Amino acid sequence: MIHSLFLINAAGDIFLEKHWKSVVSRSVCDYFFEAQERASEAENVPPVIPTPHHYLLSVYRHKIFFVAVIQSEVPPLFVIEFLHRVVDTFQDYFGVCSEVIIKDNVVVVYEVLEEMLDNGFPLATESNILKELIKPPTILRTVVNTITGSTNVGDQLPTGQLSVVPWRRTGVKYTNNEAYFDVIEEIDAIIDKSGSTITAEIQGVIDACVKLTGMPDLTLSFMNPRLLDDVSFHPCVRFKRWESERILSFIPPDGNFRLLSYHVSAQNLVAIPVYVKHNISFRDSSSLGRFEITVGPKQTMGKTVEGVMVTSQMPKSVLNMTLTPSQGTHVFDPVTKLLSWDVGKINPQKLPSLKGSVSLQAGTSKPDENPTINLQFKIQQLAISGLKVNRLDMYGEKYKPFKGIKYMTKAGKFQVRT
Amino acid sequence: MQTDNLELKKLVYLYLMNYAKSQPDMAIMAVNTFVKDCEDPNPLIRALAVRTMGCIRVDKITEYLCEPLRKCLKDEDPYVRKTAAVCVAKLHDINAQLVEDQGFLDTLKDLISDSNPMVVANAVAALSEIAESHPSSNLLDLNPQSINKLLTALNECTEWGQIFILDCLANYMPKDDREAQSICERVTPRLSHANSAVVLSAVKVLMKFMEMLSKDLDYYGTLLKKLAPPLVTLLSAEPELQYVALRNINLIVQKRPEILKHEMKVFFVKYNDPIYVKLEKLDIMIRLASQANIAQVLAELKEYATEVDVDFVRKAVRAIGRCAIKVEQSAERCVSTLLDLIQTKVNYVVQEAIVVIKDIFRKYPNKYESVIATLCENLDSLDEPEARAAMIWIVGEYAERIDNADELLESFLEGFHDESTQVQLQLLTAIVKLFLKKPTETQELVQQVLSLATQDSDNPDLRDRGYIYWRLLSTDPVAAKEVVLAEKPLISEETDLIEPTLLDELICHIGTLASVYHKPPGAFVEGGRGVVHKSLPPRTGSSESAESPDTAPAGVPAADQPSVIPTQGDLLGDLLNLDLGPPVSGPPVATSSVQMGAVDLLGGGLDSLMGDESEGLRSDVGGSPAMGGGSGGFAPAPGTAVPSNTGAPLGSGLGDLFDLTGGVGTLSGSYVAPKTVWLPAMKAKGLEISGTFSRQVGSISMDLVLTNKALQVMSDFAIQFNRNSFGLAPAAPLQVHAPLAPNQSVEISLPLNTVGSVMKMDPLNNLQVAVKNNIDVFYFSTLYPLHILFVEDGKMERQMFLATWKDIPNENETQFQIKDCSLNADSVSSKLQGSNIFTIAKRNVEGQDMLYQSLKLTNGIWVLAELRIQPSNPSFTLSLKCRAPEVSQYVYQAYETILKN
Repeated sequence: MIHSLFLINAAGDIFLEKHWKSVVSRSVCDYFFEAQERASEAENVPPVIPTPHHYLLSVYRHKIFFVAVIQSEVPPLFVIEFLHRVVDTFQDYFGVCSEVIIKDNVVVVYEVLEEMLDNGFPLATESNILKELIKPPTILRTVVNTITGSTNVGDQLPTGQLSVVPWRRTGVKYTNNEAYFDVIEEIDAIIDKSGSTITAEIQGVIDACVKLTGMPDLTLSFMNPRLLDDVSFHPCVRFKRWESERILSFIPPDGNFRLLSYHVSAQNLVAIPVYVKHNISFRDSSSLGRFEITVGPKQTMGKTVEGVMVTSQMPKSVLNMTLTPSQGTHVFDPVTKLLSWDVGKINPQKLPSLKGSVSLQAGTSKPDENPTINLQFKIQQLAISGLKVNRLDMYGEKYKPFKGIKYMTKAGKFQVRT
Repeated sequence: MQTDNLELKKLVYLYLMNYAKSQPDMAIMAVNTFVKDCEDPNPLIRALAVRTMGCIRVDKITEYLCEPLRKCLKDEDPYVRKTAAVCVAKLHDINAQLVEDQGFLDTLKDLISDSNPMVVANAVAALSEIAESHPSSNLLDLNPQSINKLLTALNECTEWGQIFILDCLANYMPKDDREAQSICERVTPRLSHANSAVVLSAVKVLMKFMEMLSKDLDYYGTLLKKLAPPLVTLLSAEPELQYVALRNINLIVQKRPEILKHEMKVFFVKYNDPIYVKLEKLDIMIRLASQANIAQVLAELKEYATEVDVDFVRKAVRAIGRCAIKVEQSAERCVSTLLDLIQTKVNYVVQEAIVVIKDIFRKYPNKYESVIATLCENLDSLDEPEARAAMIWIVGEYAERIDNADELLESFLEGFHDESTQVQLQLLTAIVKLFLKKPTETQELVQQVLSLATQDSDNPDLRDRGYIYWRLLSTDPVAAKEVVLAEKPLISEETDLIEPTLLDELICHIGTLASVYHKPPGAFVEGGRGVVHKSLPPRTGSSESAESPDTAPAGVPAADQPSVIPTQGDLLGDLLNLDLGPPVSGPPVATSSVQMGAVDLLGGGLDSLMGDESEGLRSDVGGSPAMGGGSGGFAPAPGTAVPSNTGAPLGSGLGDLFDLTGGVGTLSGSYVAPKTVWLPAMKAKGLEISGTFSRQVGSISMDLVLTNKALQVMSDFAIQFNRNSFGLAPAAPLQVHAPLAPNQSVEISLPLNTVGSVMKMDPLNNLQVAVKNNIDVFYFSTLYPLHILFVEDGKMERQMFLATWKDIPNENETQFQIKDCSLNADSVSSKLQGSNIFTIAKRNVEGQDMLYQSLKLTNGIWVLAELRIQPSNPSFTLSLKCRAPEVSQYVYQAYETILKN
């Protein structure tokens, strides 16, 4: 099981360590530093590193490495999932997860970590249970605590811990009862030079914010549940009911949670909402190249594409770029060779474009690869897969809640090869 | 500590955990509070107390922990019970004996039937952890009832608990296919879990139990279909999770390619994937490549070959070559893609391309020679040895079609001494080939290279190969032609497949570190003792097909066996290896000189003579220690006091052979234990080693049988011992003359000496051995019988004996009983003498025979013995006196083995 945890910042300092079993010396991290040195970028540090006596499993988030030390055969996914959970919990507690915040709240951090694992076994990882055990710090509470001498630590056994619905505490009360669901879809796609789709898939999630009194029992049904053939559920969803009736039936956790995530990979179901016209050429003889890209809407079902952002990693031999955008702003960083163009909204009548010339390092041959273009965008009020919620019903409680569903489509890893 | 403020209490507890170790005496003062807190009305505090106590690793405190823990295990509150379950595992880690003595293990087992699923999950987790350090104990005794309980708990416990339960389920062996199916049905919903570790553990259970389902079953097909989506979903998670998932998918794809054969596209690389994800995806793409999707794959690979990251580009180019070799229909397209890439003139791309084109030539001879001209244009830009060697091989192989082959090779020859060995060897072979093809024009060239290789080079490989060619060419050019230009065996389709036995084991370990490293857990987990080999269940039901993992390797006809051919060596390589072994440094052993021939004779002769039986034996050596290795069947039954020339009754021809190889140890009569399996094939990528120790006229030897159970040829064997109590070390290198072909075994007698470095081992006669071959290095340890260390001059003078006996203090005397031995004093004495235990005097006291004996160990330790034999009583009493009393126990063991065999 998980032996120890080290938090390492970008500079390579261990700024926090926690041991759940016997103490493992810090020097074990030297192997990690070695691997870090070998990897060109922080993202490329391999997640599993063997050392003579231990194994180091790490995740890299918010510019911090979370390195878990294990000694025996433990499922690595279990460790990595747990590390991500730790990061999520920190984020949940402190709003952001950064070195400064962690150092400022070191007592709470230790208390939380102690509560999450016991002897390497996960103890309480649900954020609502944790928050009952250890209350998140707020300015008001700190003031009250200093005056009254009370503490951040709850002295009652969290009620949900052992019930059949560990994710929900009892006795929840709200004056405004509301349940909001966000259907968010991300398109991952690779588009080739000629504009045809190589792969495209949709990663969808339904995030919920449920603030309902008592023990409500919700059912959510879809217009087209057949779309969802590859899904993973929050533990609260009754799987049997889904299998037989294709209805989501659940007692929701209190507050924010991810109800479901799904995956649509059938190519014909994935519409590509934007296209990119590009003309990027470098010539062998001269040190100048041409650069021109235009972005336009494709299958958007009449909705506006907004928040468009184009980034592209230029080849090393590019010295500078002189470009004029028809709208938005653009930046080229000559050090990292990263071009980014903040486009904004796409107006179908007047397509945004970025034109100009590229100056190359003199004397070098033309780069043999053309840069890949990365695209970000957002479309409100649209789930690109066509998924639609039919109705949401509540049982088990008397009052009438506010209900709301929002749809949104975003670009995930959306790449256009040139 | 006695504060009511919970936060303060927690922090104090935290402090205690960290600092108790440094100040144990202070920590003990906290015990009272712990005990009191364990009775607190608030379950949170009870749990906290028992949890903290378990974390304080101070012996004195653990003693006080038992009572509160016992109470907490039976607490009314499930929260306390589940915490206590984990605490048992903690306590076991600190003091295993205590846990067993206090009966906590049984209580823990009872908790598996607890009404609360969380308690069940933690009990399972704790038991699994304890079982890991106790491989033999049958802690998790799974039966249909307990499985049912686990499956029920599975639905209700937390995600982490589900992982523990699923991992535990995977160790269960269902009794028939119906049971397997019903477990599968209940596990399938876990595939939709949001936690990827749960998903992968569920995949493991399904993959394992699927093995038992009949393929005709509808359910089998449904299950296959259900497995694909969750695996694909894993790939949209964070990169670290993706990496682990991809390593596992790599295994799954090899075992059951049908699951993901339509999902090729999800493995396409995104340019901002971390490099470790890219490389894994590429690997799986090639495994999934087939005629149906090859066009897409090639287009992708070509795209990757223009990326920035050098490692990735190289691997992509290699992948194109592997596609060509794997999918024959695509070869042409692959070659033209490679040519396009060569035109880019990017240095490392060109070099990789040439290396893979060489392999394509090997696979499809005389098909794509038209591209040679293009390759030759890039001759000058090659600066890596592997690419240069590949290019030279191509020039030599197709010398007759390249007009200026002699000029090209000559140009390489100029800097001969600066080249790496690989290139030098290749150049030598290529020029000889060229000479044999165009003898008239190249005489000068070949002489030049031969003299360079034989006279000006320090490298023995190169020199020897040069001499052999020289000899061949000067004595019999026709034979030389036959040897050098012989037809080459085709290279196999996929060279990097994991062996079936290992693959099956790894499938049982899906989701663990083993599956990330693609190595069995024994190969890397600390203290390999805790490793239990897992194997896939055999298929039951109607279709007992050839699909079953056991029969698959055996059923393949020899010709189809994919054998890995060393990329640059040619046929002579094998011959040359003969001379490569460094000279024997230790005392020459009679058997070693004839070994080579004798083994061949044995192999051939015996196979025909006792064909069926030896076949049976060989296929039996599946790792059971009872099976005395491949030779056990025809070596003379050891130790039955047979006269030295045992060969006679066995038939003339065979008998002689036995004296040379098999019949070790019968000459001096020293007892030789039957061979046992020391290193099972499962642990060593198919290499099985069984063996024993013997002592023969003053020299110790280790008699080994190496069996190759893998699919590839093994060569380059070497052996090394760790430091040990008596300084045992190999006196000569391990000589296996011919590479070991699949399913072949070889017997070797390795001479040992006792001049190695000494380190006391526990047990004293423990020997740790490392064996290396061309695949990997493997480790095992074995116990040697002490009597191989009894030297021949161990006979003490009578006076000396008496004096020494008195001199050694009485507390050094140890008594042992040797039971059930029916020999009389004389035969005992002669039998022991055979193993260098010398009887100095014999007395008869009150009807009892007293034998006074002495022996000496190789390191000069004398052991004196008094053996009392009563004619009516089959039990002997052995008293041993020695200045180093720790050896006594092992001497006694030696006595017992000698006398009882």
